[in-house]
Amino acid sequence: MKHHVLAALIASAFALTACDQKFEAKPEDTATSAASEQQADDSVAQGELPVIDAVMTQAPNVPPPIDRDYPAKVIVKMEVIEKVMKMADGVDYKYWTFGGDVPGKFIRVRQGDQVEVQFSNHPDSTVPHNVDFHGVTGPGGGAEGSFTAPGHTSTFSFKALQPGLYIYHCATAPVGMHIANGMYGLILVEPKEGLPKVDKEFYVVQGDFYTKGKYGETGLQPFDMEKAIKEEPEYVVFNGHVGAIAGDNALKANVGETVRIFVGNGGPNLVSSFHVIGEIFDTVRVEGGDLVNKNIQTTLVPAGGAAIVEFKLDVPGSFTLVDHSIFRAFNKGALGQLKVEGPANKEIYSGKLSDSVYQPEGGAIQTVPLTASEAARVAAGPAKAENKDDQIKLGQAIYNANCMACHGAEGKGVAGAFPPLAGSDYLNADPKRGIHAILRGVSGKVTVNGQEYNSVMPAVALNDEDAANVLTYVLNSFGNNGGQIHASDVAKERQSK
Amino acid sequence: MNTAKLKLLWTVLMMVAGTAAADMVTIKGGSYRPLYLKKDTPLISVKPFQMDTLPVTNAEFAAFVQKYPQWQRGNVSSKQTEKGYLRHWVKNKTGYKPKAVDLKKPVTNVSWFAANAYCSAQGKRLPTIDQWEFVGQASATRINGTTEKNYNRTILDWYAEGNRQGLRDVGQGKPNYWGVYDMHGLIWEWTEDFNSSQLTSSAAEGSNLFCSGASAGSADPSDYAAFMRYGIRTSLQAKFVLNNLGFRCVR
Repeated sequence: MKHHVLAALIASAFALTACDQKFEAKPEDTATSAASEQQADDSVAQGELPVIDAVMTQAPNVPPPIDRDYPAKVIVKMEVIEKVMKMADGVDYKYWTFGGDVPGKFIRVRQGDQVEVQFSNHPDSTVPHNVDFHGVTGPGGGAEGSFTAPGHTSTFSFKALQPGLYIYHCATAPVGMHIANGMYGLILVEPKEGLPKVDKEFYVVQGDFYTKGKYGETGLQPFDMEKAIKEEPEYVVFNGHVGAIAGDNALKANVGETVRIFVGNGGPNLVSSFHVIGEIFDTVRVEGGDLVNKNIQTTLVPAGGAAIVEFKLDVPGSFTLVDHSIFRAFNKGALGQLKVEGPANKEIYSGKLSDSVYQPEGGAIQTVPLTASEAARVAAGPAKAENKDDQIKLGQAIYNANCMACHGAEGKGVAGAFPPLAGSDYLNADPKRGIHAILRGVSGKVTVNGQEYNSVMPAVALNDEDAANVLTYVLNSFGNNGGQIHASDVAKERQSK
Repeated sequence: MNTAKLKLLWTVLMMVAGTAAADMVTIKGGSYRPLYLKKDTPLISVKPFQMDTLPVTNAEFAAFVQKYPQWQRGNVSSKQTEKGYLRHWVKNKTGYKPKAVDLKKPVTNVSWFAANAYCSAQGKRLPTIDQWEFVGQASATRINGTTEKNYNRTILDWYAEGNRQGLRDVGQGKPNYWGVYDMHGLIWEWTEDFNSSQLTSSAAEGSNLFCSGASAGSADPSDYAAFMRYGIRTSLQAKFVLNNLGFRCVR
């Protein structure tokens, strides 16, 4: 059947050739070549195209791949219906829809097809509507040609010039409001050669909704223009409703299958960080165009844009679709599920292997017992200096951690701000000044090595041991006169007022 | 019930329904900024006029049709109306009549030609867009109430619930500042010059026109209630009839 039609088309193309001198192909030598098919595609006049009613599906379903290798005139019948539907449990919203639900029906045509849109606005509608196809080349994407009062039908036609996945949406003023009420969907212009075969295809469109009541507030919720202008939606959802593709409505597939999701973003405002938890997209057709990216975790779907993601299902389970701008997922509804059945593959994903007690601070149960000496160290607590040399060593570490930032690695200080500790006449004259400085801080004028400093040193939170050690380090470094401060000295100073 | 009784009932209903609705009030006039004017362009001035306080009802239109049978359903030329003209009326022996339950509801499914003829027959005419919009921007207490919270809400409530409940009788809500009822939230209304503004994408070239993005050249892009009115008018042709499109007259 298919070949029969094709033959007829080729024949008619050649009939045209006879009258058209610009046409260079010679019928006798290319009758079966790919080149002649190409010419058939491009040269058949519209009136001679076979007429086909578009197969259109409600989300999350996708029409079957196009089994056609010639162009056709495809009739797309769209009907606008304004109706109250459930946004979430107990929450109703007056949606404006293409075809009775959000998103509008998935349209699948072939590159080169002539698409005739018969656009009807239900007589019960309150306002006029139209449609702007991002897959249309022409002013308004068809918006003017389809602008339709309630109870009327408009018809316009376009040629699907470029392959890709395209949003369509209502573009009647106020445009944002029409989109916010759910008037968007996807049209796939399949490349002439088709897309690679996969086992399952799904249709998912994200949208943001602006209700007068807060998320979850029950009753019929009117549209809120103020929130829409501020871009602060109460709901961000897949396929128009909270839970539209979750629970009983989850997308379903089996282990071993390849899956393709046509992802759109109706907006009106938010850009989506589309992600499937627990899957890596083997390929992403970036923004629904020709660019193919591989091994992608999260792909950006612009408002008024789309992406095609493909992946193989290796293990069973529930895979969650989210907008990874993550509060939208868990607080505004942008959650969906892909439920995968089939045998597990423990190598790819083990599942939980064991559950054991985790006690980072020790306790009765120790999987690796301490040696006797290690146990003794634990009991002893932090290291203590046994003599002056130990104090200097431990004190250096404390200096580096607490003092170096202001007084410098060599104790030189900063002119005009932080006095020097190196060769400090102030400190050497009375080492206990150091204890006081650490415990209580210093503020007001001090003179060090002939220079006046008037700044503030805050008290440093060191225990007696550490204070003694760092001061002993300082007294024995930077060209100072030496000396030793004991923890007991610090304790004594701490007691005094 | 016999035919004579029905006829009597009909006449009584017609009288009841017909009396109140003929009231008009004086609109003092003034100036206003229509949606398509930019903020720095002069305001449009509206001269004083009189306006029906209520939209024209089915009962009133039935009385008109009785007097001018050329406007009876079935008699009107296809150039002046679509097939759906008065489709909600029912046939009886003498022609088409509104259902009793619809008598005090606004007449809809009438073309511009029919509405225009009705007003002419009363010695009136259809309001201009400027007249309609000027009165339409009044709230219950102010000449310009468009910034009040409930102004847009009324229109939203209409599209959120109106279709489910169908049309109401006219005059059920509160009158606005001028004493005019049902400017919003019941029906769209014909104006004399309904198709003088454009809402198309190529219209961005004109100074008083819109692009399809609907904000180029608009005084207040957030006034979506007004956009909806300009939108519906732009989508119409004079012979169109809509379930939710009626009219009132001015003088």
